[in-house]
Amino acid sequence: MIWLNQVIQGVMLGGYYALIACGLSFMFGVMRIINLAHGDLAILAAFLVWAIVDRSGMSPFLALALVLPLMGALGWLMQRAMLERSLRSGVLVPLLTTFGLAIVIQNLLFLQFGADTRSLAPAIGDLAFESWSIGSRIYIGHLAGLTFLVAVLMLGALQLLLTHTPLGRSIRAIAEDPDTAELVGIDSRRVYAAAAAIAVMTVAVGGTFLAMRATFGPYAGPAQLIFAFEAVVIGGLGSMWGTLAGGIVLGVAQNLGAQIAPNGFLIAGHAVFLLVLGARLARQRLKGTP
Amino acid sequence: MSARAGLSIQRWTPLSAASVAALAALALALAFGPLFLGANAVDRLTTLFIYVVLAVMWNALAGYGGLVSVGQQAFFGLGAYAAIRLSSFGLPVYPALVLGGAFAGLVALALSSFALRLRGGEFAIGMWVLAELFHLLVNLDRLINGETGTSLIALNAFGPEARRNYNYWLALAVMAALVALVFSLLRGRLGSSVQAIRDSEEAAASLGVRVLAAKRVLFVVAGAGCGLAGTLTLATAVSFQPATYFGVQWTAYMIFMALVGGLGTFEGPIIGAIVFFVLESVFGASGVWYLVGLGATAVVFALYLPRGLWGTLEQRFGIRLLPVGYRVTTRRRAPAAPSPR
Repeated sequence: MIWLNQVIQGVMLGGYYALIACGLSFMFGVMRIINLAHGDLAILAAFLVWAIVDRSGMSPFLALALVLPLMGALGWLMQRAMLERSLRSGVLVPLLTTFGLAIVIQNLLFLQFGADTRSLAPAIGDLAFESWSIGSRIYIGHLAGLTFLVAVLMLGALQLLLTHTPLGRSIRAIAEDPDTAELVGIDSRRVYAAAAAIAVMTVAVGGTFLAMRATFGPYAGPAQLIFAFEAVVIGGLGSMWGTLAGGIVLGVAQNLGAQIAPNGFLIAGHAVFLLVLGARLARQRLKGTP
Repeated sequence: MSARAGLSIQRWTPLSAASVAALAALALALAFGPLFLGANAVDRLTTLFIYVVLAVMWNALAGYGGLVSVGQQAFFGLGAYAAIRLSSFGLPVYPALVLGGAFAGLVALALSSFALRLRGGEFAIGMWVLAELFHLLVNLDRLINGETGTSLIALNAFGPEARRNYNYWLALAVMAALVALVFSLLRGRLGSSVQAIRDSEEAAASLGVRVLAAKRVLFVVAGAGCGLAGTLTLATAVSFQPATYFGVQWTAYMIFMALVGGLGTFEGPIIGAIVFFVLESVFGASGVWYLVGLGATAVVFALYLPRGLWGTLEQRFGIRLLPVGYRVTTRRRAPAAPSPR
């Protein structure tokens, strides 16, 4: 029963990982770059929401609605001012620029907000601790359920955006072949910027849910980046529903690891990520692709 | 044939031969440093040597091999941990420090078949995950006391003065040996191979370059080099806290030094290490703003000066002090010397 409970809690945790990872997955799918500042952008959004809630006492969800356009604008700006210049120069420059950006964001957050850890849990009242019970031993927190639901909705929305809208078609065309897409009249700079804005907005949602479910500080970003990246890679790079599956695998592995040993949570998560990567490489070699 | 076309391949210039000789002389002169330098200067120079090692290692990986790792702290931490473990088994402390670095190289060798098959961002963050995993596994060792950490107690056998000088000499020797090793590797066949791989792996493979073997050499050397930097840091700091040694900031420093000095140039990272060292000495006290500045500088260099300080100078003036490449020159007169080989 304890194990079943850990699996269920792991699935719910996987919903959170999918939520934080979908922007990373989306951006990789479109631009083939990995944004090393991903986790720090989530923490930045968390701090913005927290600051608004702290000053005004409004609901975090309302505050998130205010922060969303801001983060979208930031994503747009980041793409136009930084990533655009580095996209065509291979994998090195985007990794270096986003790594530099990550360090800047972390330390500016520290300067502004100090080293204290914060949480939005006090601001959401009952949602933070109420739960549904299944049987006598298994409880699912309302917040965890909501997180999972939002993750599914957001991944579904991103999937629909990609398959059913003109912007989505442009994005897919550019992901396939940017030069040909330009030839048929797609303005790749605008499409990339729009994709970056969308990705960073999803990051803001992820950051807010992190702030509601746990505590966070200015240097919490890299850990979130690693979890998000693990979920994306386990699920297969660039696939939206794969990211949800990847998040669930990661969350279940972590919870089972924690059940085995107190420090097994992180070890099991990293181990399952490396195992999946290793298995995938082994399969590629068997198939004969280099 | 080259003579008839009026072209020749140049591998040394008088300037570069002179600068290699000057550098060797400088290293030799530095060996006498503790005789005439103050205690503080000896300590600071030891730190600088460690920075040079880190920068040269990361540049060898990323600048020449195209392997952008965000997880070199894995080897930095493992080297320091292995030194403590070996010392606890009764090995004399300085051999333990050197073997700790070798252990990190062995781990790199063991990981290479897996890690080097990862591409781009997968490799970058995959290495980071490995570093996190090693950090967690090292914490399982009771000797380390979890995040509290421990100390390399055996160093207490030496007085502060002797310890300072030994650390200095060890760091100098490690730096000189690694710089010379990477220089000769990159000047040789491996240098051409890895740069071909960096620029296009498929094309290089089709020309008969053994891709994995070439990358593996750099990966193992960089693993051992970062491991030695870790043990040297342990030798100067004495205490070992896993979170510090396995922190991603080490890779951040490496990236900064290599990027600012000039990725993919041999001289660049050495200059980058000196720049970083000076910046740290001047602004390090301003704490967080200093880190903001480092990050912002890295962004600016990556976007606007991707060749770094040295790469930009080199391109503009055509100077090469420590040439690892081949340079085609046209000559007015046919060369008097017989064609090589």
